[in-house]
Amino acid sequence: MSLKVSNLSMKFKDEFHLNDVSFEMSKGKIYTIIGRTLSGKTTLLKTIAGLTNPDSGEMSLDGVDFGAVPVWKRQVAMVYQQFINYPHLSVFENVAFPLKQRKMPRPEIDTRVRQALEQVGLQGFETRKIQALSGGQQQRVALARSLVKEANILLLDEPLVNLDYKLREQLREEFKNIFSAKASENAILIYSTTDPVEAMQLGGEIIVMDEGRILQQASAQEIYENPKTTKVAQITNDPAMNLFEGEVVDSTLVLTSSIHLDLPPHLAALTCGKYTFGIRASGITLDSDGFEFQIELAEISGSETFLHLQHAQMHVVGLLDSVQNFDIGQTVTAGIDSKSLYAFDKSENLVASPYGGTK
Amino acid sequence: MRFVYVTLKYLAVCLWSVFVIAPFLWALSTSFKDFNSVTGGATYIPWLQFEPSLEGWRVLLRSPAQGGVNIVEPYFNSIFVTCSASLISIALGTLAAYALSRFTFKAGFIKNSDITFFFISQRIMPPIVLSIPFFIMLGKLGLLDSLFGLILVYIVLLMPIAVWIMVDFFNKVPKEIDETALIDGCNPYQAFYKVVLPNSIPGLIVAGLFCMIFGWTDFFFAFILTFTEVQLLPVAIVALNSSITPWWSLSAAALVCVAPLIVVAFIVERYLSKGNLSGALK
Repeated sequence: MSLKVSNLSMKFKDEFHLNDVSFEMSKGKIYTIIGRTLSGKTTLLKTIAGLTNPDSGEMSLDGVDFGAVPVWKRQVAMVYQQFINYPHLSVFENVAFPLKQRKMPRPEIDTRVRQALEQVGLQGFETRKIQALSGGQQQRVALARSLVKEANILLLDEPLVNLDYKLREQLREEFKNIFSAKASENAILIYSTTDPVEAMQLGGEIIVMDEGRILQQASAQEIYENPKTTKVAQITNDPAMNLFEGEVVDSTLVLTSSIHLDLPPHLAALTCGKYTFGIRASGITLDSDGFEFQIELAEISGSETFLHLQHAQMHVVGLLDSVQNFDIGQTVTAGIDSKSLYAFDKSENLVASPYGGTK
Repeated sequence: MRFVYVTLKYLAVCLWSVFVIAPFLWALSTSFKDFNSVTGGATYIPWLQFEPSLEGWRVLLRSPAQGGVNIVEPYFNSIFVTCSASLISIALGTLAAYALSRFTFKAGFIKNSDITFFFISQRIMPPIVLSIPFFIMLGKLGLLDSLFGLILVYIVLLMPIAVWIMVDFFNKVPKEIDETALIDGCNPYQAFYKVVLPNSIPGLIVAGLFCMIFGWTDFFFAFILTFTEVQLLPVAIVALNSSITPWWSLSAAALVCVAPLIVVAFIVERYLSKGNLSGALK
């Protein structure tokens, strides 16, 4: 089974929600759509579900025109970010709803609903009202309802975004196993998120979207190692990849008047000239042999500290593997790991990557 | 400080209760008086201050030939007209409100909000403006002085209330609930009556209650559009008045008139407070 989308476009008040979107997805795989808010992720999922109609383009499932099938006849299931359930029904009735719509025999409904509830860890909650559940439990009900349908396509629109950090981490791990099991049933799973960590953790294939357009579609590893453009590099990294202008002069990399680095081997093929260089926060860390930077902000996150650093016109974020307090304006010395540098040309396309990939 | 605040709060509640309950007690007390008790000065407690009499209540059941005003028929006429008009208004108004809430209509400069305002504007207009057109239309249709004619007129008057309340209510029901129902295999009509409507019960009750109150208490159109064949309760009560105002029977009639609304309010109150939409979108 494969879902083929060709040249989908949708415009609203001169703004593209979908801009010439084309891709092919095959059964048994997890696809993660990553993009910033308003990048067109939800519109794309809703279009696949049949809830919105594109201005142009085609969709087909196994070669059959999918666009002409009304929503209620499409074999799709969808989980929203807002924990959407039917408040007037109990947990059991919520999960059984799509099966009752199909007029399935009662004993079969019972079995399948109980299986789905067990899968999401809600056994024993059958008679509870939705309002009596926590946010995480409500989202589990929504997921159980989407699983019980045994749909060909499962759409998950940022299902964890409204949960608190701890629960998000926990459910992310649990859901990953559920999704893998679901995908193995020959379904297509499409998961949208704004969180690069989530996208990388889920694995599978990643589709990077921005302003309604697909910027890159590749495996998680490929996206990590070879982000096609500066935008992809920023969208798929948290914190966003540091980008700064620099110049290759002979065998030296000139980033500012006082930051000169030896050209690392993976950038040796670059011709002399100006480039945009990128490096992840992990590539910049405190080093007594480094360059002087001023601290603009120090963010403690769990067991790490993100340092917002400034040197002349260069503003970057570095990472410290420990928790430390810094004063704003304090001067520190930080090193830039030139082996981790990406190089992008004037059109912001990748030309050199630390992992060997070039355009 | 807290004691003073609590005391003032309870005092305010007590004063308000007296303000609300006193007219009922006054009407109840007066309904058991006769001419002498009413004109003999202010008295409130039966048996102690005046001898209770059922005359005020009997007048309501006596035929006009026996010197009474039979309100039984107008009473049931009012129930029939109000309930029918309210139910039809709610049914039509809910469908209109759902469409206005969920779909975008655009014809030139006219948008959804303009259509909603058009409905509400029917209530903003002074009733006297509508009375002559209604009179002429019902006359041409041969529906003057008929229950059916009154139901039609009340539908026109009550539907804007239903639309106004239900549009606001549907706007608060997340659109994603309808979408989820569609994804779960409902066609748009099934999504409406299987999912959206059950989650809109508090709104339906509020709209129904308002329609019933407006329909039940209307005097103006009931008076203008009926003559001898059909009479509604408010008109029958006014007909009680003569050269001597019979306060005892007027009070009894007022209590009988207001009783159904109180009963309905008590029944629906618990459904209103339930408001079961909170789990739709956390």
